[in-house]
Amino acid sequence: MFLKDYFNDIAQAVGSLLSGMRRTGYYFTHHKEIITEQYPDNRATLVLPERFRGEVVMPHNGQNEHRCTGCTACELACPNGTIKIVTKFELNAEGKRKKAVDAFVYHLELCTMCNLCIQACPTDAIKMAQSFEHSVYDRSQLTKILNKPESKLQEGVE
Amino acid sequence: MWSFSKLTDLIHAWLYETFSPAWALALEMVMVGVAAIGLFAMLGLVLVIMERKVSAYMQIRLGPNRVGPKGMLQSLADTLKLLVKEGMTPNGVDRVLFNLAPLVAMIAAMLLLAPIAFAKDFQIWDLNIGVLYITAISSLNVIAILMAGWSSNNKYSLLGAMRSGAQIVSYELSAGLSILTIVVLSGSLQISDIVTSQSNGWWIFKGHIPAIIAFVIFLIAATAETNRAPFDMAEAESELTGGFHTEYSGMKFALFFLAEYINVFVVCAVGATLFLGGWMPLHIGSLDWFNHAMDYIPSSIWFFGKTFFLIFVMMWFRWTFPRLRIDQLLTLEWKYLLPIGMVNILLVTVIAILKWHF
Repeated sequence: MFLKDYFNDIAQAVGSLLSGMRRTGYYFTHHKEIITEQYPDNRATLVLPERFRGEVVMPHNGQNEHRCTGCTACELACPNGTIKIVTKFELNAEGKRKKAVDAFVYHLELCTMCNLCIQACPTDAIKMAQSFEHSVYDRSQLTKILNKPESKLQEGVE
Repeated sequence: MWSFSKLTDLIHAWLYETFSPAWALALEMVMVGVAAIGLFAMLGLVLVIMERKVSAYMQIRLGPNRVGPKGMLQSLADTLKLLVKEGMTPNGVDRVLFNLAPLVAMIAAMLLLAPIAFAKDFQIWDLNIGVLYITAISSLNVIAILMAGWSSNNKYSLLGAMRSGAQIVSYELSAGLSILTIVVLSGSLQISDIVTSQSNGWWIFKGHIPAIIAFVIFLIAATAETNRAPFDMAEAESELTGGFHTEYSGMKFALFFLAEYINVFVVCAVGATLFLGGWMPLHIGSLDWFNHAMDYIPSSIWFFGKTFFLIFVMMWFRWTFPRLRIDQLLTLEWKYLLPIGMVNILLVTVIAILKWHF
């Protein structure tokens, strides 16, 4: 039936257009849905999406201990050579020589925030922070050492 | 009742007492011209900020909010910027036509103001073929666009102008047919007659379903005729960089921009006059206490309220619907709107002859 299809088309078109207008009309009348952040003005109350990735950090606990074993899985996973791990050998409690991280060198200027290093880490030693105001006057300031001085491997992390 | 007509009558009487009739008429023309240009400037500022705010809220954004209270002076700042920019004429354009086109667009928009009734007895020229005049003048707009596209000597401009020509020529048909339904119902082409014929209810309520269909078709055709998204084939930022005004800058561009908004206003004013009663307050048949209560709201507020409501609806269209391709655009007109409009006008004629309308 040609006429039936014709009017069906019109009814469907009107229905879909009206549903679109209902959505925009809802947004027009509900201003609390607005997602714009007035950024430099609202530094204190800035709301970032949960999955926003700003830089790689290594959390340390109260006793200045981190969870990095120096296994270099993140270094291998990194596609553009952002991470460089310098290892050293330490004597543990039983007097055995054991590999440990000396310096976790992180080149922020090379990082693309791809999250592969975080996925590769077997001990959850590193994670993505949400800080994003990284601009500095000298490029060398972007090369960071993530493990704090004098920090140790957390007890029980292999 | 408080009314603009008392003020205008007073000025009219004073002018004719003080000056000879010829001078008085000339002075009145100058006053009307100044008032029209003032209205244009105001409309440009108000509609641009309204468009930006409405679009922002519909897209969950904030919109301009830095210049002035809540960003209300943003369009004033933009106008100032456009005024001081260089009005460049590129090499290789047809200089006369290139510089004439924005003026033609402006003049066509300006001429449309003449028969519109802004309030009770407040109208520049109440000619007896007002509706015909509006449909005739509104098609002058396409000449300005074709002129701009052709003289720019630029393929994008030319393509945009040609598309716009095809679009306006086709959509004028359904706009004309839907306007005609009201002419059939009210039996007059004169704007003031059409408005007074709605003193016991607006045509959109009195004319049953055919009037509503005509109103919807008019809204769609009006959106297409003013070259606004989702029918912005003439500009088509995504494929033609700017369509017919690609080569324009500074004040010449601003004139095109202003003419578009004036056209939107005029088209919505015509829609409000024909379907929603113009300056006529909301009256329901012979419900006297209700009609008297509605009469206390000034007629100019009714007119501008209805017009701005229609403008808001057109903005709602613009910021909701995706753009059409040029072939889809012409399909919509020739396969859907025009046949429905034709059947609709037949129905309306039957209703008008048998006096089934209220």
